[in-house]
Amino acid sequence: MPKINWFKYSSPQAFYPLIGKMIPWFTVLAVAFTLPGLYFGFFVAPPDYQQGESYRIMFIHVPAAWMSMFIYVVMAGYAGMGLVLNSRLSSMMASALAPTGAMFTFLALWTGALWGKPMWGTWWVWDARLTSELILLFLYIGFLSLQAAIDEPRRAARASAVLALVGVVNIPIIYFSVKWWNTLHQGASITVTKAPTMAASMFTAMILLTFAFWMYTIAVALMRVRCEILERERNSEWVAQAVGRSR
Amino acid sequence: MSNWSSLSEFLAMGGYAPFVWGSYGVTALCMVVEVVLLLRRKRTLLQRLSRTNRVTAEVSKSNEVQT
Repeated sequence: MPKINWFKYSSPQAFYPLIGKMIPWFTVLAVAFTLPGLYFGFFVAPPDYQQGESYRIMFIHVPAAWMSMFIYVVMAGYAGMGLVLNSRLSSMMASALAPTGAMFTFLALWTGALWGKPMWGTWWVWDARLTSELILLFLYIGFLSLQAAIDEPRRAARASAVLALVGVVNIPIIYFSVKWWNTLHQGASITVTKAPTMAASMFTAMILLTFAFWMYTIAVALMRVRCEILERERNSEWVAQAVGRSR
Repeated sequence: MSNWSSLSEFLAMGGYAPFVWGSYGVTALCMVVEVVLLLRRKRTLLQRLSRTNRVTAEVSKSNEVQT
């Protein structure tokens, strides 16, 4: 088996063409999970015996909420790696993930509000789960605006990495909030230790759309990191050559 | 297998149409807008970089002619 030098791909120059090859695959995967996910969600999964058709919001609400937390942890991991190893590419990956993470946080709140109105009778309550998810949105916005506020890229990466790492404490608070405090929000129907407490077709729809969001996130984060690499390395010889080729 | 007997029944979502379609619609919109913005960012970036490329090439050429 040929030995692959993985460190080669930690330099932006080597990573750039590799990303270009990966983006179409993740785009195809995202679509390939979305279509059956929507089919299961709307045509196979039966209406809920209590909530009727309104519960179908769950198929995007839960994946969006999962992604909002998952992306944050990955983003903080990359930011921390950039802080410790001083590697440019890790910091770029962190900033490439942040806007998509913020988007999924917004979508979790938005779909939650639209689900909450018919089921709870209110768009919003200041309870633990909803408030900590809102704080997550502010953490993403803080991360992005801190980077935008500092001109020097390395200093911007360091400062925002510290913010991202401190904010990680919010993730277990979101996750366990439904257990730790009394809340209007229901508990988890899916846990690692127990079988899911929902019909198999509902579970399938939710898992398929979770994978779809996941693949989508990888595709757009790679698209964004590609732009970041070009912007930061625009004066280098290899970028001049790469741009000449793609013309 | 199928939950709906007609298209209008599907669109009505058992009376929850604004909530269900409001959720799915905004989610789809956000994802499409993000991709469009990224494609546009990449295009303008590549245009700008290849322009700088050309200018650099011309400048170095005219320098060669002069010397």
